[in-house]
Amino acid sequence: MEILDTFRSTILDVIPIIAIVFGFQYFVIRKAIYHLKQVITGFVLVVVGLALFLVGLDMALFPIGEMMAFQLVSEEFLPALSEGASRHWSHYYWVYLFAFAIGASTTIAEPSLIAVSMKAGEVSGGTIDPFWLRVAVALGMAIGITLGTWRIVTGLPLYWFVLGAYILVIIQTLLAPKEIIPLAFDSGGVTTSTITVPVITALGLGLASNIPGRDPVLDGFGMIALACLFPIITVMGYAQIAQRVANRPEPTT
Amino acid sequence: MYMKNTMLFLGKVRDSLRDLLPVVLVVTVFQIAIVQQPLPEGVSLVDLLLGLGFVILGLTLFIQGLQQGLFPIGENLARELVGRGSAFWLFVFAFTLGFGTTIAEPALIAVAGQAALMVGEAGLIDNSESARAGFALNLRIVVAFSVGTAVMVGVLRILKGWPLHFMIIGGYVIVLLLTLVAPSEIVGIAYDSGGVTTSTITVPLVTALGVGLATAIKGRNPVLDGFGLIAFASVMPIIFVLVFGLFRF
Repeated sequence: MEILDTFRSTILDVIPIIAIVFGFQYFVIRKAIYHLKQVITGFVLVVVGLALFLVGLDMALFPIGEMMAFQLVSEEFLPALSEGASRHWSHYYWVYLFAFAIGASTTIAEPSLIAVSMKAGEVSGGTIDPFWLRVAVALGMAIGITLGTWRIVTGLPLYWFVLGAYILVIIQTLLAPKEIIPLAFDSGGVTTSTITVPVITALGLGLASNIPGRDPVLDGFGMIALACLFPIITVMGYAQIAQRVANRPEPTT
Repeated sequence: MYMKNTMLFLGKVRDSLRDLLPVVLVVTVFQIAIVQQPLPEGVSLVDLLLGLGFVILGLTLFIQGLQQGLFPIGENLARELVGRGSAFWLFVFAFTLGFGTTIAEPALIAVAGQAALMVGEAGLIDNSESARAGFALNLRIVVAFSVGTAVMVGVLRILKGWPLHFMIIGGYVIVLLLTLVAPSEIVGIAYDSGGVTTSTITVPLVTALGVGLATAIKGRNPVLDGFGLIAFASVMPIIFVLVFGLFRF
């Protein structure tokens, strides 16, 4: 029954975009669609795929994020406290390490990032190395969500971090080589794939629900935002370093 | 023919698997080497594995469907409309494209659902199934509306040739000013909704529109202008959701 409900709601989710493309095709452009049958099968697949994904989301992706948060901050798992002592943020080191590992590993292997970095390498004429560019994006993502978990543990306001990141982005935009700027902003979007977003969201909310004194609504969100901002900074940073290296006079042999 | 299709399908399954594998690997290593505890109550390994199977299969079909249905028509429409040079229809298309793709974005459905759950538990809205579903839908409509607006403004910017970084910086300033006045319960949700819009469906279609436009207009750089739309699409939702929070809480 639940699957049927999910199906019904995914049909409603997909209807607007179907209405838009068919509306434009037949009322504005007024041309027939090539391979209409194939297109219709495509939309059916979109609905079925989205419904299955949403079922799997509730069964696996959310529980995985919540479970990791719950286990990594449970009292039995954390270092023992001496009488009357209170928790220090450094006790949660496994949380930071987990966040870093998830951020770096999901990004470094991301297919769309591999394609983008190859292209950037070609465009730059060899100044930008595709491999190091990927490392820069993965590092940015990992730093972003690690800081995100640290912020949840400490309960510091999110906008301090976002403000800091914005200032860095603006300074970098003014200093970095012009050609890299679009790529840097794009890489912020690449890191948040359909699989990583739910896991990270559930992790953040799980941490905020289980750490004493934290509130899920106030502290649990924000990791996605930081995961999008920090790759912009690291990519522009890498471009500046790469440019400096390229401009260094070749040693005469 | 049948063989070929099967091979293509298996190739797509492998792509989705590659997306999921790092998560599974890191979680498994942590479970075995570091946590070393049985799974918490209420979590069953069978459900997790079955769910991951659904995720892989669902994502594969979803992306396959997009590639054979929506993407070719969407890109073709973008080209045709740019060719016609009617600014009015271009704006309407830009807005509706941003709106329609965002409503169907899986990552946004996920985050909006979680946000509604948390807001309900905190007692900011009625904690009933229907009130939560209503809040999640409202939130998604606000985000979709903001992406529509963002794509429209982005198209206007390409037509007029306005410098991108001033507009982005302007967007950041508005975000920070609104953060000061918006209720603190909405801030995290708002910032996160900026990140989820630039995902599976929205990016390819919106980029195609931007690149098509920038190629058609003399003196525009396709790489620089095509991306500008995406950058707007990630700042605008923050602004709109903060305003939504001002009225809603």
